[in-house]
Amino acid sequence: MTDNSNEITNKGKELDEGSHISSSTDLGDEQRVKVLSPGMLVVKRFIRNRLAILGLVIILFMFLFSFLGGVLSPYDETQVFKHIGTMSKEYASITHNEVYRFTGLQESNYTGAAHSQFVLARNAGKDTFSSGEDQYYIVEEADELYRIFTSVPIATVLNFRGVTSINPMEGEVISTELASMAELAINNREAQFMVEDEIYTIRQSGREYILGRTEPVAVETKYIVDPAKADANIDYEFTYEAEKAFRDGDMDSFEAGGIRYGMERKGNLAVIYSGEGGNREEYAIFSRLSIQPISQDVFLTVDFKKELSKAIENRERSFLFPDSQGNQVEYELSRLNNVYTVKTETETHLISIHEQPSWDHWLGTDKHGMDVLTRLMYGGRISLTIGFIVVLLESILGIIMGGLAGYFGKWVDMVIMRIVDVFNCIPFLPLLIILGAVMDQLEVAPQLRIYFLMLILGLMSWPGIARMVRGQILSLREQEFMLAAEATGISVSRRIFKHLVPNVVPQLIVFATMGLGSVILYESTLSFLGLGVKFPLASWGNIISGVSTAYEMTNFWFVWIPAGMLILLTVLGFNFVGDGLRDAFDPKMKR
Amino acid sequence: MRKYILKRLLISVFLLFFVSLIIYTLMRSIPTSYVESQARILSSRPGSKSYSEWLAQLNQAYGLDIGIIPGFFKWLSNAVEGNFGDSWAFSVPVTQKFSEVIWDSFILGSIAFVLQVIISIPLGILAARKQYSKTDYAVTVVALLGISLPTFFFATVLKLIFSVGLGWFDLYGKVGRNYMQLDPMGQFMDVASHFVLPVMTLTIIGIGSLMRYTRTNMLEVLNSDFIRTARAKGLSEKRVINFHAFRNTLIPIVTILGGSLPGLFAGALITETLFQIPGIGYTGYLAMVSGDIPFTMFYMVFLAVLTLLGTLIADILYAVVDPRVRIS
Repeated sequence: MTDNSNEITNKGKELDEGSHISSSTDLGDEQRVKVLSPGMLVVKRFIRNRLAILGLVIILFMFLFSFLGGVLSPYDETQVFKHIGTMSKEYASITHNEVYRFTGLQESNYTGAAHSQFVLARNAGKDTFSSGEDQYYIVEEADELYRIFTSVPIATVLNFRGVTSINPMEGEVISTELASMAELAINNREAQFMVEDEIYTIRQSGREYILGRTEPVAVETKYIVDPAKADANIDYEFTYEAEKAFRDGDMDSFEAGGIRYGMERKGNLAVIYSGEGGNREEYAIFSRLSIQPISQDVFLTVDFKKELSKAIENRERSFLFPDSQGNQVEYELSRLNNVYTVKTETETHLISIHEQPSWDHWLGTDKHGMDVLTRLMYGGRISLTIGFIVVLLESILGIIMGGLAGYFGKWVDMVIMRIVDVFNCIPFLPLLIILGAVMDQLEVAPQLRIYFLMLILGLMSWPGIARMVRGQILSLREQEFMLAAEATGISVSRRIFKHLVPNVVPQLIVFATMGLGSVILYESTLSFLGLGVKFPLASWGNIISGVSTAYEMTNFWFVWIPAGMLILLTVLGFNFVGDGLRDAFDPKMKR
Repeated sequence: MRKYILKRLLISVFLLFFVSLIIYTLMRSIPTSYVESQARILSSRPGSKSYSEWLAQLNQAYGLDIGIIPGFFKWLSNAVEGNFGDSWAFSVPVTQKFSEVIWDSFILGSIAFVLQVIISIPLGILAARKQYSKTDYAVTVVALLGISLPTFFFATVLKLIFSVGLGWFDLYGKVGRNYMQLDPMGQFMDVASHFVLPVMTLTIIGIGSLMRYTRTNMLEVLNSDFIRTARAKGLSEKRVINFHAFRNTLIPIVTILGGSLPGLFAGALITETLFQIPGIGYTGYLAMVSGDIPFTMFYMVFLAVLTLLGTLIADILYAVVDPRVRIS
């Protein structure tokens, strides 16, 4: 500071000497003492401060970057970028079937309800169960293969003291063999008996017994018949015959519905063909595996299923299968309990999340697939706008309150200063966090939130300026020029705002410049905590808050480091300029 | 002097009343309060009472069924007796939770404070002695950098370098995973290593203003007449700086440092939250975002008391340290 004052006095001396040289007495141009105006002196001192100039350059850059950059950027603030890429998607799921499934006759009313009754009865070891009105009989054909029958009454049997009389129903004929077998069964209290491969049932009804001929209605098995074509007719007979043929072990064909089908065994799976010789085609797959495509528009071919079954049997982790163009595609198998999942790389529209910097996206993309550089520009707009508006607001409030307090003194001063003290006591950041939470719960729209944020920051930070203005005015109002102003009889408001306040302006500008930096810091801190500017609007703070895990931190540095550097540089720029201005306005108050 | 302190204390009580009234009003007007969300959870349980019944019951239990002003006076009368109620979010008495967490904050704050003093005062004096030199510029830039650094960004960078990059420290928390298996010395070292990054953050963020304050005051002293006299007497430069100048610079510095002593208990909200150190700042943050009125009230009033205490101490110290100042 001594340097500065020396220079000014030196300059003054030179000018003085210059005026001595001139001999003319009129006040020509050369006669005038060329003294720089106070404003020019400030500008000169400011320009000499290298840090201040650096700060000014930084701030200018930030303005261009934010306000012009947003216009020049080819992208939008919230434009999401997508690309077509491959992604491991679930393709099919395979269950190793462990439950009984049924195939009923078309005309029968053997439904899910009856099926669940079957399961209960089977587990309890019973050979008959009822569902609704109907009575069903279970016949175990083989291990884990059951046929379900209903019984049609054909005769009533009266058994009176060992004497049996059979009364056939209309249109039924009871052979003697059947009659004697029925008698035997009644005496032995059996519910079922067999005559010539046909099963008959006996049911007690009051004193009578009802003899019934059974008719199959359904087959219950753990095997699944998977049709190869959508129109394949897989009915009760087909299922039953197929299973019988499969269990037989030697048969390579069976007949169902009057058509012959060929069967080819492959481990615990069989392929069923329709047609003969040259024009035989795959009709169905018979296995314990239930193979379902994940998406509706995929139809799994028999070959695929065969390949899949083979892979499961060999416990392979992946297998290759050609797609419709004949390219080999790799399918990955994963198992969870008895459910297998097939995954394959599928082409899909993907959001370009965390893309590395490239020529298209200079700073890559963030986790929403938006261009980071563009968002930084828009974020800068918001941060700078908030900073300026808040500082303007707090300056206006601070000047009015401080001016009133300083000029009037006494009780006005007392009241205003106590208000200032109250505001000073309220913890600033916690209050902002609470208000942010309030706005969260009110679900204030992001755009509106910014205005509220400005208002709150402005309302909370005026006391500092008010205190400074008051202090300055307290000392200024005792000076002679105020006495003169009072003597001229101008109004109080003019005296305060035209004569006193302009003298505070230098300090005010310094205060405001430094204040800009701190407002930007507060705004970004709040946005970082998720309580300030909200997504989808960009702010430097909320760009950084996208990074929380160590993985994101190291791998996606291009998202958060630039945002942090921008905050740092902007605040630093304002502080440099504020510092320079302070020096320039009054070299003695350099801090 | 005693009269002055008494007057200041009276004003402080008056200020505290209004501060707590404002905060209480604010907390009560949070639209979806803690109670409402609790009532929603409770009423969604099978066989439970309806939401409105739960709400009425909880409101009564938490003393929210009365208006804001009567509620405030109820809170105030309890608070004066030292009863701050039970914290909702932590379900223990507020004062108990406070005594659990305050020491972490205090330790954190104290270490950072000592480091700040050790670093910034010598640097500030150095900068003042060599005004307009390269050293001075460097110190100014460092100080302004410290002021301008966003805490959250700096903490994240530190984490990136020391936790992720070098793997020296954990990312979060006060204790490590196997804290329970360690011997007392190991436990101490574990906590200490978890405190390194937060202390580093607090120190760097805080040195700026103290450095500049020291520099300004030292400059002022160096330009005063008695220094010129001391030099004119032919004293060595060392003696002038260390004896005459430094002692006088100490007056405002001691004042401001004394004023910031209560602040050591205030905790560092952002830093503690980022490093998840269970101090008063992090606890206060959790209480605030969950709408825990008793704890938030206590936390805010506690901070307000600290602020008032700080200014009071600074003002008194100002008179004590410098005999030229007489408080009237």
